[in-house]
Amino acid sequence: MATVDDVKKLAALSRIELKDAQLQKFTNEFDSILAYVSQLESLELPSAGSEKPQLRNVMRVEGEPHPSGIYTEKIAAQFPAREGDALVVKQIIKHE
Amino acid sequence: MSRFNELTIVRAAQALRTKECTVRELWDACATAAREKNPELNAYLEIFDVDEAAIEAAQKRIEAGDASLLCGIPLALKDNILLEGKVASAASKMLANYRATYDATVVRKLKEAGALFVGRTNMDEFAMGSSTEHSAFGPTKNPRDTSRVPGGSSGGSAAAVAAHLCIAALGSDTGGSIRQPAAYTGLVGLKPTYGAVSRSGLIAMGSSLDQIGPLTKSVEDGRILYEAIRGSDPLDSTTIADGLYSAHVSSAALRIGVPRELIGDGVDEDVKAVFEGVLKKLEEAGHSIVDVALPTSSHALAAYYVIMPAEVSTNLARLDGIRYGHASRGDTLLADYVQSRTEGFGEETLRRIILGTFVLSSGYIDAYYRKADAARELLRSEYNAAFKNCDVIAFPTTPSPAFTFGAKSDPLSMYLEDVYTVTANLTGMPAVSVPMGDVAREGNMLPVGIHFTAPHQGEELLFVAASEVEKTQTA
Repeated sequence: MATVDDVKKLAALSRIELKDAQLQKFTNEFDSILAYVSQLESLELPSAGSEKPQLRNVMRVEGEPHPSGIYTEKIAAQFPAREGDALVVKQIIKHE
Repeated sequence: MSRFNELTIVRAAQALRTKECTVRELWDACATAAREKNPELNAYLEIFDVDEAAIEAAQKRIEAGDASLLCGIPLALKDNILLEGKVASAASKMLANYRATYDATVVRKLKEAGALFVGRTNMDEFAMGSSTEHSAFGPTKNPRDTSRVPGGSSGGSAAAVAAHLCIAALGSDTGGSIRQPAAYTGLVGLKPTYGAVSRSGLIAMGSSLDQIGPLTKSVEDGRILYEAIRGSDPLDSTTIADGLYSAHVSSAALRIGVPRELIGDGVDEDVKAVFEGVLKKLEEAGHSIVDVALPTSSHALAAYYVIMPAEVSTNLARLDGIRYGHASRGDTLLADYVQSRTEGFGEETLRRIILGTFVLSSGYIDAYYRKADAARELLRSEYNAAFKNCDVIAFPTTPSPAFTFGAKSDPLSMYLEDVYTVTANLTGMPAVSVPMGDVAREGNMLPVGIHFTAPHQGEELLFVAASEVEKTQTA
């Protein structure tokens, strides 16, 4: 059984704030969703170890990098706040 | 002669070459229909202005004898696929003003083929939903019956194609988001093998499940669009090379596997009857129907609703109001994140993020996420075993035809919409929905689809099976 407090904690972990009415609604819905997905508990899995996938290098080989700065303006144009090409964020270390 | 916007890709390409119409006339037919009908249907979130240079270039290529069938063809793009310089919002307030800084690989390929883009289509926010009711910009209506949903999450793309507001469209499919809307609007919808089509430039939902694919008016169109967008891509390390999986030899007669135990009480009687009728016609055409057992399938939806939200909560963590997207400011940096996310995301997105956070949290990850992952592997081996005795596996795409707005307001009942389609995303196998007939609801005839799954990289088998069904519909 999920409680309002559980959902509140999960929301905080998710960097989300839920209103009281939403919290109650989500808590009720979670119970029915979790009851449904809990049918996985009854699933019997074969005891044999699972097959390990083959590993390969998924990183792109750095051959010819694109010329520096060609995407800067496009990306900086999306910043909520900018100073030149820099992204403006809140100061988190105070100088006293 | 039908209006140009009503043509298939194949017929439009032919019309352009026999000079029945010019690229400009074809564009105008689609764009005019889109502007006329969009206020009612809400299929498009934005209809693009005419791109004279692209039209002129396409016309020249055709006159010079260009072989690309997509040259000069007006297509629609789901709003989670990036087209440089255009807004790509994933139908969310979070990205309402986000402009794509690059082209998705599929868009680059279509541009190279000479295709044109009519607009970006509505969807459930971040592709989460099965009805397009979860769009931050209002629901899309089903052109076959406007009191009903077009399905989702690629509902805007499906409605745009079905109402002839473009020639064909791209959607994305994480748990059925191409195939279910295709079934609800009478179209062909393909989810390719995981890794067949690059996800570079697709706004991520469930990264181990997502694939881009075509929504088209015919099977042949689906093949053309799929061939144009597929292929390995250095920008997506999960794309696969041709021939990674063993080749599938199909003889003229297909062996069609039917998991009877899965097509039980949950399926409407008339949908079952249409399905059985099509199977009978396929048998008469020389194909054989064989029974297959896929016992773990009954747990597939539960596994999906663990794995998918886990990936959603991870993928959507990047949307924090700092670098792009909706940005709200509080007293602290933490408040900036929380306010931006709380204001930017809609309810279904919030629900799935929280659910994902739960199934990944310490103490629950073994019971939920790891168990679901193991179920996924078991499902894959069951399907592989079944494919030793058959070429494709068939069932109805959905248990019922399109439902009315608000009919599935409880989240779990909406999730059950995906009961048949999610398995192909979990196993990574390709699957297609193709129209199999109509059923009556409140005096309206509504389309329903038959769904085929093939082994990995077995798209060709799907096109063969789907063409055979298509023949039964026109005969």
